[in-house]
Amino acid sequence: MNLTTDTLLLIEVGALLLLMSVLGRIANRLGQSAIPLYMTLGLLFGSGSLLPLDASQEFLHTGSEIGVILLLLVLGLEYSPTELMTSLKKNASSGILDALLNALPGAIFGLLMGWGPIGATVLAGVTWVSSSGVIVKVLRDLGRIGNRETPTIVSILVMEDLAMAFYLPVLSAIVVGATLAQGFVTVAIAVGLVLFVLIVTYHFGSKMSRVFNANHAESLLLGVMGVAMLVAGIASAVAVSSAVGAFLVGIALSGQVAENAEKVVEPLRDLFAAIFFLFFGLQTNPGDIPVVFLPALALAVLTMGTKLLTGYVAAARAGIGVPGRWRSGLALMPRGEFSVIIAGVAVAAGVDAKIAPFAATYMLITVISSPVLARITDTRWFKRRMQNSATTSVKTLRGDGSR
Amino acid sequence: MGVRIERSEIAGIGVRHDVVTKSGQRIGVLIYRDDRREVAMYDINDPDAIAQSVSLTGPEAEAVADLLGHTAILSQLSELSGNVVGLFTEHLILPADSKYLDGPLGDTKARTRTGVSIVAIVRGTEVIASPTPDTGLEIDDVLVAVGTRKGLDDLANLLAKTTN
Repeated sequence: MNLTTDTLLLIEVGALLLLMSVLGRIANRLGQSAIPLYMTLGLLFGSGSLLPLDASQEFLHTGSEIGVILLLLVLGLEYSPTELMTSLKKNASSGILDALLNALPGAIFGLLMGWGPIGATVLAGVTWVSSSGVIVKVLRDLGRIGNRETPTIVSILVMEDLAMAFYLPVLSAIVVGATLAQGFVTVAIAVGLVLFVLIVTYHFGSKMSRVFNANHAESLLLGVMGVAMLVAGIASAVAVSSAVGAFLVGIALSGQVAENAEKVVEPLRDLFAAIFFLFFGLQTNPGDIPVVFLPALALAVLTMGTKLLTGYVAAARAGIGVPGRWRSGLALMPRGEFSVIIAGVAVAAGVDAKIAPFAATYMLITVISSPVLARITDTRWFKRRMQNSATTSVKTLRGDGSR
Repeated sequence: MGVRIERSEIAGIGVRHDVVTKSGQRIGVLIYRDDRREVAMYDINDPDAIAQSVSLTGPEAEAVADLLGHTAILSQLSELSGNVVGLFTEHLILPADSKYLDGPLGDTKARTRTGVSIVAIVRGTEVIASPTPDTGLEIDDVLVAVGTRKGLDDLANLLAKTTN
């Protein structure tokens, strides 16, 4: 047998994909997200593990970068500029509440752990953003898409995603370790650029989409992928973060082009996003996890509580009844792809080595426990409790009905 | 009282329209981005949660709508502008105590005041396409209007004005 690096690469990647496919099915069977399983698989084969894989490292690294770009591109494709603007206008206060309640605990925790201002900024992002992917999947699985609290939940997710378009460039500027003045200039440029693109997209989005032919799948796929990677690269070169570049491309495309592009890009996204989560696991040394487990658990419990509060308050403001407020709060708890992306930015920039295992552990705790917790509101126990409290306060419930 | 239809957008997923019936039952119609539809009945004890729902394909939805009445015309109309960014079609039910009731459409000065075009009036099973300023407004008329989100909100407020 002749094992060159190339053949070894094929064997390693093939075996990993096959394992992930099995894990994906198991996760689906359990009503869970597959993300934690992919990351755990990465931990098993990663650096400092029992069975490190070497030949495929470079390929998986590139693949994971494409994965981030595709995750954000598809996220952007799902939203139209108008939806973003209306969400921004209608739910700005809930978005701000969400940021304060969830980013601050992370930041304070980062300082307490002695990770400095950069570590604090990283953790603020990690605890702030809920996982739209996991949450929408849970809502679908539980048949709650049509529930009246769902638009509130989704609008908070939209606000967070949009906020990331500003947060990530700021983070990228900070982690490169610029001086305060330099950093300020970079951040100003990044934020200005993002705003500029959003405004242009809002006004001329439909014209930009006409560059592509929506009905020719192959050229659409190549074209959209090309633009996304090109813009992501340029964005990264001017320290705006490649993820944000791809997100903006996704938002810029609208109408039929966006709809068809989503269809052709989605399978690719599934492949490379899985590689992204796997690679994050590979990079993380499992030996570091026991040290960070308890702090991560503490922060997870704390920030799942603050998310619960965020959702509860936001739903109450939207005129949703008490059970719906609990459903909103519980649904918002899982953190996911963004927390990993943010931690990935920190790792790439060489911030404190403990942050990656910490973020991984934190995210795994929230993402595994949340789909289970979200089901509490469907239990008989919860419904009976709600009914008991409802009969005692019928008047207040009626009072804050719809709008 | 006329029927109130509540519209909620679920960003990235679709749109939902709700109707609360006289008996207090809430019915929701979800239209997903990929054109699937879902009709949902809400829980009486917890009016925010779906108790039961049925998924429908496009043709099935049309068949059910036809059976139920003129809503078929309306839902198709609102779909027409689905891809035009920033422009909405909405059907507004003329409130029973509106001060414009029994007067000509021109009295509302809707286009000047709100920038919204009223492209049709649905009266029972009859459709008055392109109504002129002289077209009279009657009780239970449904105005089909095209305009921006803000314009349509303004129009709804305008129509809700009472004589006092």
